[in-house]
Amino acid sequence: MEEFLTIDAHHTPRYVGAIQFLDRHFKWVTIAPAAVLLILLTIYPIVNLVGMSLSTISFEAAKEIWTFTPAANFRDLRDDDIFRIALWNTFVFAVVAVAVEIVLGLTLAILVASVTRFKGTIRTILIVPILMPPVAIGSMWKLMYSMDFGVLNQIVTTFGLQPINWLGSVSLALFSIVIVDVWHWTPFVFLILFAAVEGLPKEVIEAARIDGARNRELVFKIIIPLLKPAIVVALLFRIILAFKVFDEVFLLTSGGPGTSTEVVSLHLYKVFFQQNQMGYGAMLSLVIIAATIAFLWVGQRAAAAVGAR
Amino acid sequence: MLVLKGPTRWLAYLVLAAGVVAIIGPFLWVALQSFKYEIAILQGAWIFSPTWFNYSDVLYSHRSDFPGNVWNSVVVASVSTFLVLVAGTLAAYSLSRLRWNKWIARTFLGWTLIFNMIPPLTLVGPWYLIFREVGLYETLTGLILAHITLNLPMTIWMMMAYFSEIPKEIEDAARVDGCNRIDVFRRISLPLVTPGLIAAGVLAFVFSWNEFAVALNLTSRATATVPVAIARFAQQYEVQYGQMAAASIVSTIPALILMFFGQRFVVQGLTMGAVK
Repeated sequence: MEEFLTIDAHHTPRYVGAIQFLDRHFKWVTIAPAAVLLILLTIYPIVNLVGMSLSTISFEAAKEIWTFTPAANFRDLRDDDIFRIALWNTFVFAVVAVAVEIVLGLTLAILVASVTRFKGTIRTILIVPILMPPVAIGSMWKLMYSMDFGVLNQIVTTFGLQPINWLGSVSLALFSIVIVDVWHWTPFVFLILFAAVEGLPKEVIEAARIDGARNRELVFKIIIPLLKPAIVVALLFRIILAFKVFDEVFLLTSGGPGTSTEVVSLHLYKVFFQQNQMGYGAMLSLVIIAATIAFLWVGQRAAAAVGAR
Repeated sequence: MLVLKGPTRWLAYLVLAAGVVAIIGPFLWVALQSFKYEIAILQGAWIFSPTWFNYSDVLYSHRSDFPGNVWNSVVVASVSTFLVLVAGTLAAYSLSRLRWNKWIARTFLGWTLIFNMIPPLTLVGPWYLIFREVGLYETLTGLILAHITLNLPMTIWMMMAYFSEIPKEIEDAARVDGCNRIDVFRRISLPLVTPGLIAAGVLAFVFSWNEFAVALNLTSRATATVPVAIARFAQQYEVQYGQMAAASIVSTIPALILMFFGQRFVVQGLTMGAVK
């Protein structure tokens, strides 16, 4: 108690007014930095997006010239076949990658929780991909996928097979990117599910085992149903991140060959910064933001429904 | 969890070993390439005399921008981490401990959640125009502001989880004893969430260090960060594989350091952020 009294005592009178002011409005003072940042760098830009999306913006001698062309921008959106392809590719990519990651991550989580040795070591190693720069992951796999000297084709040719054109073939390129994503994010799914598995009530598992449940029944009838909330969380997290995918695709294929690996973020980047269509890019952004909010709303409903059961 | 006996146990260890090799193998193979001369890489040689050439070329050569890129990344990641911790922790404290109208708090948190989920590239367009207008385009300050904003939602949500674990009675007791609100925060609550500050700080640093999409479009050659530099290696007309491998390995160093020394906090941060 004495300590607190001395704290107040050693403020010199000059500051007392300011301190009293801060103290009285502490609620507002503490929220202010974050609120100002969010207003200036998220809300205001989105308001800007609305204006931009109805205009054509051109640059002449470092000056912006805005022309009001809403109809043209809507027409661009209607005729943008690449956006539709990108949406479809992103959807396929997200569904396949996330499904594989959940299955592998769940398997690893249950196994690591079941073995007696090397638990810590395995977890340590599995963390690395999550923390690595995605760009470094992209360039690593670009080397490994190389047609001529990549390690994957070295393995393939050792078995007497023809070298595979991992990134250059239309039918395979998206699949190759899925592999990279699985390498990158399975550890994240593992980490979330491992924490959940370790948190399961031991008595329930024990009771089931005493009642004669075998491992298979234990996994499918006890563990997986109990893990459902954690699985849903991992699923939502991953789907949202997969929808944002950009870095690896930019590095590995830049959307090619043709449009076979064109994804939403990459298309947006190209419209904004390669074709310099700031106006139409803004319209695309708004569509994507609206879609994300809709997905979030549906996802929350779904998660609540699962959680309530 | 499961009781593994006999062959099943061996199978389990086999699967886990395969997983570990699949994760660590690519990394080791690329590390191997970074010690080869270009010609040895292109030949796919397994037996070669190791060289530091790629590293010295990337890090010390006159024509290399990479040391500058590393410096930019260090500045951007450290400054943005410090500032996002300040803004995020204050906001988290405000929202979890000081009395806010339910709807204001919900709107604020809901918005951070939505912002965290939309692809950052949707906002890079307006950021580009705004930053050009106010003279922040192609500056480190601009990129720092962008990174603070991107990491703010995660920091707020994580710190709120930590603040909510402090019993309210401790703060009430301090208030009764005559502590003002500022001192309750500074001397009571803040020290109690130190693990949270470390966890959030570690993740914010890594995310800023790794961030590519925004840095690519808002920096110039002089202010480019490490990921942008690596992408340049890969996009050049004639890809320099050795340098690309060396730069990628160098860019992974913070991740490796954290894996060894901050693992507890990383795991706590990642699982907490997901579960809460």
